[in-house]
Amino acid sequence: MHISRGFHGRRRAAADPARVPPGQHVTSDFPVLSAGPTPRVSLDDWTFSVRGQLDEPRSWSWAELQALPREDITVDIHCVTKWSKLDTDWAGVSLDTLLEGVETAAEHVLAYCDGGYTTNLPLEDVTGGRAWLAYGYGGDPLDPEHGGPVRLLVPHLYFWKSAKWVRGIELRLDDEPGFWEGYGYHNYGDPWREQRYAGD
Amino acid sequence: MNWSIGSVAEVLAETDRTASIALTVPGWPGHRAGQHVDVRLTAEDGYQAQRSYSIASAPEDDSLVLTVERLDDGEVSSYLVGELHAGDELELRGPIGGYFVWDGSLGGPLMLIGGGSGIVPLRAMLRHRIAQSSTVPVRLLYSGRTLADLIYHDELLAAMREPGVDIRFTLTRERPAGWDGYDRRIDPELIADAAWAPADRPLVYVCGPTAFVEVAADALVSLGHEPGRIRTERFGPTGR
Repeated sequence: MHISRGFHGRRRAAADPARVPPGQHVTSDFPVLSAGPTPRVSLDDWTFSVRGQLDEPRSWSWAELQALPREDITVDIHCVTKWSKLDTDWAGVSLDTLLEGVETAAEHVLAYCDGGYTTNLPLEDVTGGRAWLAYGYGGDPLDPEHGGPVRLLVPHLYFWKSAKWVRGIELRLDDEPGFWEGYGYHNYGDPWREQRYAGD
Repeated sequence: MNWSIGSVAEVLAETDRTASIALTVPGWPGHRAGQHVDVRLTAEDGYQAQRSYSIASAPEDDSLVLTVERLDDGEVSSYLVGELHAGDELELRGPIGGYFVWDGSLGGPLMLIGGGSGIVPLRAMLRHRIAQSSTVPVRLLYSGRTLADLIYHDELLAAMREPGVDIRFTLTRERPAGWDGYDRRIDPELIADAAWAPADRPLVYVCGPTAFVEVAADALVSLGHEPGRIRTERFGPTGR
């Protein structure tokens, strides 16, 4: 371990260390990180699709998504750029609801988005009550800057996996790296194992 | 990705709040203009803090330079700008990021739009463009609060004499007498005036605080620039 001369640090007494993964610090802000302009989409034209390895592709309009069972989710989120935010409040629909009854040989999903962003995840990480389509944040509709109208919410992985402006997922037999995964970020991205970059 | 120990060759004050830290890093693999590094500080009791900082130097430069802005509540930045000095060591790893980068193979024309310390990765791109004697035409629009807040001001004034380099400043809070640059926060009209026309299909890099980047990127899209040719890097809170 390399000691930094003269560095003492400001430990944040308020944060429970058991909730802050290694290398992260707690913020009360909600920083924004995006690779390009914020896409704007009309809700009239918005759909969410499940395609790829399933018998019949599925698709929901905005109204159809709103009619699905809504869950209120309170979770801690962790961004690879080192900030964590505790007890964030979201509203949305569980991916389990959208994938209910699907029979597939797929083991991977690739989420795709307005603006061209993609990210890959194991199918088992977006099922079992661990992933949502989020359309609400803090009691309000989700801001476009933060991924509205709808973003993926997969809080147990670094937050780049929680794709903003998501428009669908593709069920895949093989694992296709997404946008940041193709630029050297870790393929899986577990914050508790500090899997920030390829090889971590 | 492994951690390395860099030696601090120099800490140069750029403005009241920013300093450039020149490092010698044994085994440094090189970087592309626009990439960043992770810095890790460790206290004697083992407590650690990590942050990311953009690389300010061009790949051609002799040392790896980070320009850091001291934030009021900055646990790491207040150490880097204030405590750290030449002869110290600094733990870091990188380079990181492969999208917000520019080199000659990506072509141009190149449009750089920076707000505050968002100038740092754009300065690396500009230095690279000049070091390579590239003929890609480049324009930089740099927004700061006051003249004294502009980082690299003298260097940028000198760069304006390079062929194919066009640099414009806007000062949002206070301007010296006789100021002939822009005098307001960026808006669509200012962007339209300073940027290449959409028909020129510039490759655009925007870096700054979130609100700055949102305004610039939205303006570019509404002016008709292709969203796929606008690359952004945002920092700081949204306040929401």
